[in-house]
Amino acid sequence: MSHSVVTSTTVNSQYDSIERQHATARVGMWLFLSSESLLFAGLLALFTAYRISYPIAFHAAAEHANIMLGTINTYVLLTSSLTVALALAATERGRRRATVGWLLVSIALGATFDVLKIVEYAQHLHEGFAFGHYFTATGLPQGAVLYFTLYYLLTGLHALHVTAGIIVLAYLAVRARHGAFTPESHVVLECGALYWHLVDLVWIFLWPMLYLLR
Amino acid sequence: MIDYLHAKRGIRSWLGTLDHKRIALMYFCAVTIALILGGAFAMMLRTKLLISGPGIMEPLTYNRLFTWHGVTMVFMFLIPSIPAVFGNFMLPIMIGAKDLAFPRLNLASFYVYCVGVCFTLWAMIHGGADTGWTFYTPYSTTSPTDVAPMAIGVFILGLSSIMTGLNFIATTHMLRVRGLKWMDMPLFVWAIYATSIIQVIATPVLGLSVTLVALDHSLKMGLFDPSLGGDPVLFQHLFWFYSHPAVYIMILPAMGVINELVATFAHKNLLSYKAIAFSSLGIAFVGFLTWGHHMFVAGISQLDAAIFGIMSMFVAIFSAIKVFTWVGTLYKGSIALSAPMLFFFVFIYLFVFGGMTGIAVATTSLDVHWHDTYFVIAHFHFIMVGASLSAFLAAAHYWFPKMFGRMYPEKLGVLSAIGVFAGFNLTFVPQFLLGNAGMPRRYYSYPDRYHVLNVCSTLGAYLLGGVMLFTLLYLIISLFTGKPAPANPWGSRGFEWRVPSPPPEDNFEQPLDVSLGCYEYDRE
Amino acid sequence: MNEALRWLLNLPEQRSSIARSIDYLHYSVILATFAGVFVVALTTIIFVVKYRRRDGDRLTPHITAPRWLEATVIIGLLTLFVAWWVVGFSQYREIETAPADAMPVYVTAKQWMWKFAYPSGPTSTDVLTVPVGRPVKLIMSSRDVIHSFFVPAFRVKQDVVPGRATTLWFTATAPGTYDLECSQYCGTRHSFMRGQVVALSPADFARWLDAAEPDHFGGKGGGHGLAARGMEVAARHGCFRCHTIDGGPSIGPTWLGAFGRRRLLSGGGSVLVDEDYITESMMDPLAKIAAGFQPVMPTYQGAIQPADTAAIVELIRSLHDVPPTRDQLPPTKPAVMP
Repeated sequence: MSHSVVTSTTVNSQYDSIERQHATARVGMWLFLSSESLLFAGLLALFTAYRISYPIAFHAAAEHANIMLGTINTYVLLTSSLTVALALAATERGRRRATVGWLLVSIALGATFDVLKIVEYAQHLHEGFAFGHYFTATGLPQGAVLYFTLYYLLTGLHALHVTAGIIVLAYLAVRARHGAFTPESHVVLECGALYWHLVDLVWIFLWPMLYLLR
Repeated sequence: MIDYLHAKRGIRSWLGTLDHKRIALMYFCAVTIALILGGAFAMMLRTKLLISGPGIMEPLTYNRLFTWHGVTMVFMFLIPSIPAVFGNFMLPIMIGAKDLAFPRLNLASFYVYCVGVCFTLWAMIHGGADTGWTFYTPYSTTSPTDVAPMAIGVFILGLSSIMTGLNFIATTHMLRVRGLKWMDMPLFVWAIYATSIIQVIATPVLGLSVTLVALDHSLKMGLFDPSLGGDPVLFQHLFWFYSHPAVYIMILPAMGVINELVATFAHKNLLSYKAIAFSSLGIAFVGFLTWGHHMFVAGISQLDAAIFGIMSMFVAIFSAIKVFTWVGTLYKGSIALSAPMLFFFVFIYLFVFGGMTGIAVATTSLDVHWHDTYFVIAHFHFIMVGASLSAFLAAAHYWFPKMFGRMYPEKLGVLSAIGVFAGFNLTFVPQFLLGNAGMPRRYYSYPDRYHVLNVCSTLGAYLLGGVMLFTLLYLIISLFTGKPAPANPWGSRGFEWRVPSPPPEDNFEQPLDVSLGCYEYDRE
Repeated sequence: MNEALRWLLNLPEQRSSIARSIDYLHYSVILATFAGVFVVALTTIIFVVKYRRRDGDRLTPHITAPRWLEATVIIGLLTLFVAWWVVGFSQYREIETAPADAMPVYVTAKQWMWKFAYPSGPTSTDVLTVPVGRPVKLIMSSRDVIHSFFVPAFRVKQDVVPGRATTLWFTATAPGTYDLECSQYCGTRHSFMRGQVVALSPADFARWLDAAEPDHFGGKGGGHGLAARGMEVAARHGCFRCHTIDGGPSIGPTWLGAFGRRRLLSGGGSVLVDEDYITESMMDPLAKIAAGFQPVMPTYQGAIQPADTAAIVELIRSLHDVPPTRDQLPPTKPAVMP
């Protein structure tokens, strides 16, 4: 959010140096990320509360999670974090084309994640594991529907963040192509990368909670 | 140097401004409109309650109105009021900064606020919600009214609140003028800082819980639906995790205003700087651990009730320290009884009474009787109106000369403070008695024995409403006809009084000199 | 003194066994509140009179609060607040913990009425009749949204939540008619969801119970009316395919002698078999599995009406004092807090 507010080249009048301005942008980004993580924390707390109420149902429901796709997606997202970090490293060494390249790879990986997620959703819906009152699958104990509702909420909210992240990365790629980032001044790129890492980090919580805890 | 009001001309120079002072004034207009709207809803509710039977409205209309009153007052007025208006205007000046850290984010937060307001109003016109501002499930997910748009409006308003809080925290950390240490900052800044922490951390959880209600209502998500195994009481946990700290979002900035006022008009240092600063942080953090005291009769375990009960007692101590410090500051001062100072007295009496009745309702066995009665209504209106609104009015008078460069009519200010005190007490003291007698809140019709007190309360509300309109009127008139204000009409040491009234666009002609502290009244 | 303060504070009559002690705490808190405001007002007025500004802006001495004074204020107030918490919480425990010999009445709340069912059969709507001097325990459930059972004269209140059973108890101390109000907002006609509690002398109550219309399931003279209905409901829902009422082993635990005892759970821990646990076991059978049994019971959420749930609970409760023949449970250590 904050990265778009500060241009990386000019010093705004309230700052006494560009370093100060960049440091402030980073502080703003971290605050934004802390706010974001509370959003997920609330849902995860709800998930945990229901998991304690319905241990057996959640256990049985998690059996139906597609651990294959979930694990592939974990690797995809982790790799994208690496490529975003490589883009940042390239900027620090002044290699503009490499920056753009790594950003494009990251975008592709993010898109892959979204596509696989859609495949996974389609499969679940086909099997009747929808959310709430649309849940039609039978044979699962009371409470299993809550697992799936929370599964859709958590992964849906996360996928929204991935999609927003793709838009941010695309914006950064365009800026990078136009040479907006120099080895000395690239705080916008840094903030965008931070955001992408948060999106990754959230998935690192979701993956074990939704797929691995059986 | 040209002041910020005249630095640029034309409507565009306002709507697109990045100047924190101009954004603050736009917020001032917006929250005033919200206050008038919420007040109008309150007047309609009180008018209905003049009689028990069906009168001017149907039950469903009444239920919508108290929902609108709550949503408007909490999310559109109280939460943004002091931070987004006076915090926005004063915080950068008080720390010697030329603007907030992220001016565009500041402007964006204002427009997001406007979008949230418009969305919520649109939802109201379309038959809005009748759930109460608390959106308790499963009623909120099965209500025949349009709950979802209302919930989304609240979500958007929350977004604006997060943006404001984030900006204030970053500004306080990064933009203090050289030489201004944390322990030398004006205490208003500390209060706004503590408030911002709550806004950034708690608001996402509110956004989440109202979104879940909206999804549940329109998409049959059933997350809190007992027929799918959901637990409606879990919603209450999520909701109060935000909404109890939200009470502190509404009162901490008010306390911040009072710190400045009492030092200025007692012409004396605050009795204990550290006590005020750290108690603000204490409230911000311990306030996160008390939410369960809204749920003593909701079916929580006795262990939970015990923990939330004792934590509520601890959080009250921080407020008590503040009261002690304010009163002690008057000792050996040089007290001027100007209108803002009278509002300070209104604030402190109502705050002490409201705070002590807060201890009363946190006392577990007493809450069993009082929960969801008019006693609770009276208690939190003592804090939200008696304290927060009084502080808002105090701030509006105190900083009026600085913001607009004109004085307000002093005698009318005195009259307003007295009128607010009288009207307020006439409205809400009867509500304490109604609550004791057992009248539940959100009651459209009531047994006859509650009638006389309801009439008293309504008459009080009319008086209070009248005084508020009168105050608004003379403040607007003095925008144009008030005497020109000097830079420091109160003889204050506060940093904001060291710049011209109104301040220039960049706030400072030369960097703020903080060698004389903002509460140092023992030397020149 | 009690009467004067009660009148001044506009409190209703004290008509339950706990009302008076709660009111005493109420008086102490409210009087302290007035004392607090009085002290603050007096101090500020004295300071204003004494230190009002007479001669322009003069310098004032720099004064900081002495540590001992701050500490005294903090410790003093904290002691007071914690004392209130101690008394308040112990009273709360009393309010929340029903005596063992309380007379059960099953309450079903729905938009916008109260239904009461007595174990011996009679039912009523919006009027709860109770004997004076005997603890009455309400076992409450809601059919739709959250309601709250509130009798101001008794100083008791409890939310009634769909999908679970909450309980509330009181002992009425004088014959009379007392207002019952729904205090949790529950929709359009929330404020009309009012009823009455009629307290009768024990003799009158016995006469009333005798004359009361039994509901069409139970039948007068059939002993436990509601329990009899429970038998009928349990048979209809096939409960006896897995549960016995004579202590015999089966797929599920026997109902005989189960009520009021602690039951070991598979996976450790134990639970008190009470109205809440029985209701939960019907709605969410897999939440707590009794040790030694398989998690095979289906949920009855939505399949069984709250009134029928109450009937089954009453049936199981009625089997509690029959001496168990088999399936004797080993004693277990109590949980931290019941």
